[in-house]
Amino acid sequence: MNHVTISRREKFVRRSVEFILACSGFLSVLVTLGVLYILISKTWIFFKQVPLSAFFLDTVWTPLFSSQRFGIWSLVLGSMLVTTVAMLTAGPFGILAAIYMSEFAHSRIRKILKPLLEILAGIPTVVYGYFALTMVTPALQLIIPGLNGFNALSPGLVLGLMLIPTVSSLCEDALFTTPRDLKEAAYSLGARKLSTIFLVTLPYSRSTIIAALFLAFGRAMGETMIVAIAAGMKAHFTFDVREPIQTMTAYIVQVSMGDTPQNSIEYLTIFTVGTMLFVITFIFHAGSRLILRSKFKAKS
Amino acid sequence: MKEEKWAALKERIFNIICFLATILPLCFLLWLLADTFVRGFARLNFNFLISLPSRFAYKAGILPGLVGTLLLMFVTIFVAIPLGICAALYLEEYAKDSWLKKFIELNVSNLAGVPSIIYGLLGLELFVRMLNLGPSLLAGGLTLSLLILPVVITSTRESLKNIPSHLREAGLALGASKLSVIRRIVLPLAMSQIITGAILSISRAMGESAPLIVLGAATYLAFVPVNIMGEFSALPLQIFHWVERPQAAFVDNAAAAIIVLLIILAIFNSIAAWLRQHHEKKRGGL
Amino acid sequence: MTAAQPKMSIKNLDIFYGLRKAVDDVSLDVLAGKVTAIIGPSGCGKSTFIRCLNRMHELTPHARVKGQVLLDGVNIYGAGIDPVTIRRRVGMVFQRPNPFPHMSIFQNILSGFALSGRKIPKNKEEIVEIALRGAALFDEVKDRLHAPSAALSGGQQQRLCIARALAMQPEVLLLDEPCSALDPISTARIEDLIGELRSNYAIVIVTHNMQQAARVSQITAYFLSGKLIEIDTTKRLFTTPKDQRTEDYITGKFG
Repeated sequence: MNHVTISRREKFVRRSVEFILACSGFLSVLVTLGVLYILISKTWIFFKQVPLSAFFLDTVWTPLFSSQRFGIWSLVLGSMLVTTVAMLTAGPFGILAAIYMSEFAHSRIRKILKPLLEILAGIPTVVYGYFALTMVTPALQLIIPGLNGFNALSPGLVLGLMLIPTVSSLCEDALFTTPRDLKEAAYSLGARKLSTIFLVTLPYSRSTIIAALFLAFGRAMGETMIVAIAAGMKAHFTFDVREPIQTMTAYIVQVSMGDTPQNSIEYLTIFTVGTMLFVITFIFHAGSRLILRSKFKAKS
Repeated sequence: MKEEKWAALKERIFNIICFLATILPLCFLLWLLADTFVRGFARLNFNFLISLPSRFAYKAGILPGLVGTLLLMFVTIFVAIPLGICAALYLEEYAKDSWLKKFIELNVSNLAGVPSIIYGLLGLELFVRMLNLGPSLLAGGLTLSLLILPVVITSTRESLKNIPSHLREAGLALGASKLSVIRRIVLPLAMSQIITGAILSISRAMGESAPLIVLGAATYLAFVPVNIMGEFSALPLQIFHWVERPQAAFVDNAAAAIIVLLIILAIFNSIAAWLRQHHEKKRGGL
Repeated sequence: MTAAQPKMSIKNLDIFYGLRKAVDDVSLDVLAGKVTAIIGPSGCGKSTFIRCLNRMHELTPHARVKGQVLLDGVNIYGAGIDPVTIRRRVGMVFQRPNPFPHMSIFQNILSGFALSGRKIPKNKEEIVEIALRGAALFDEVKDRLHAPSAALSGGQQQRLCIARALAMQPEVLLLDEPCSALDPISTARIEDLIGELRSNYAIVIVTHNMQQAARVSQITAYFLSGKLIEIDTTKRLFTTPKDQRTEDYITGKFG
């Protein structure tokens, strides 16, 4: 048997394997292209029939009604309202929890709390929607007068709850790995623990904290089930979180569940709204990654 | 002296605030879960598991949803896991550092951040309409596979990265080909971690509902979906259907279905956690 | 010249990490206006020792101290003494330059005020200039005071750390191997600086570089395995050491 040359068959096998693996690698590119193609082509067709001004300069969204109006801003505002409530929950709780786990907790407690918080992220969103509609809204109605059965506050709070680990996990890793000699410098100048946390540790990690918030924001905007269940199915342009609103994602669900003929304007709207959603979430997700990447570059 | 006591007090108060910020969400979750369990437990019995849905809440069951979720899981396992592992192997073991590799990595990263409902739109146009699969279980499974593909790729890459390069070099130095090294050294060592990641990805897919709704999956299905090309439902979708009903009895059903779903996910996550621990023990030497 | 009361007086100091004794029964005086160098092979306890002079040692878990460290006659480890007040009077510069990267040069110098809970005085520009001049850095950075501190070279960063410590107007300055991470030119600069500073402060410098100790200090203490073997004027210790172990170290027989 010849130990030096490799058989042609062996070569063929190796080349094929590498080819198959490469194809799998490129699949992700295909998926992105697919998503972009579908969103853009349908949006293009939509804007052939609906002028840009009707979309961007109107705040009333009624494509499913007989008098159709296509002002996107009620849906965007609906998503923004819920996201804002969610960020006002996930932000403070996530950052404070991160501070607790990195600065105050014993390592054994930290080892238990960290996975427990991760459970929050693992619960299916339809379950959170159930929580929001059947438990949180009624409870809030006891203390907030005028809170509608469908509103932006309740799903916002529950969504924020779900996003706490997104914020706390990233922040805690950053805070925990603050270089020891910076903290020592602070102590040697006469600082106590709180001063060190607020003047050294937190500012040092501020870019990661911002990146974490961006990431959570993007995820909140893209969330579907919690808002589809608990926020309402009618688009309103309102800043009052006690009123029912419809988010971009909930609208897509609404149309999908109905009988919309293919290629009708109503059908096209879900792709147009989808494109809007894609752009917004992309900005925040990419922004988050850019911030994290530039922090690594600065360090090296 | 006074300053020191005041500072110690401030630190204590802040400590408590941060502790509460960590604990309160967990307590809140506990309340939500407990209330749901209490509500749904009464409804949970064997019949519930094997019945079809019905207009009458007390008769309705989750069999279509259970079967649908199970079959979707199979499709996803057979599609997403091999594709994801292959892609990860390519990126980690074969691809040289070039703009092309960075481009692919960028794509994977981006796709991980795309909202799940957009995958639903992709699945709707591509699988349901263009490939003419209709709102079938296959289309649903393929869509979910695309959804979790970036996660599988990322977690598999992490597992591969954990294998120290000197082990690969040792294999190559003995005259093994790259393929051999992967087959006989890297994959066996990384396998349990890869499987852990795969289990977690699948468990995430099973909790998804938005993309399936967009595809046209049924939230109310009067038969058991055993046909891969036929209409289907899934457990989260049945939950969604029941939550929408105003009658309290249906909400009880939803609660019971939620218990089942959470138990299934808990089992999956526990298996993954056990595998991870088992792997850590084995890895002692590495 | 009358013998003034020593600025700091260490009496029978034992330092522990948990149950392990790292420094054993050390007594020595630190005089104002003089530079006291602490030399010895690695692991001899000199860094541990200096970190007890501003109560930084206790930040390590399970760290313990027995004995007395007197600052102007008052034991800094006495009951009811707040370590923070000690650290405001005894400044420290570390082995690796550690300016706060998220602050500008200007902010770094003033950081000690906010960190120790004090208001930044109104004449902050003056304070910054005095501190930078004291660290022989002003001329090099006066045009970019608000630039980030990370833009400075290693030697400049270390002088920035010195300026940051000086801005607090300490009475004692502790230097823990301040030049070991720097190039020879920066090292020489800082050694000159130490010579200028000593008239206003009591300086203690830990160094593994004997030549450096000989250049900058007036008093040298030799540590070995946690014990103070010998302390004398620098000239006498290096030319006519009294202890054989000191002589072995100085002549390079080991360490």
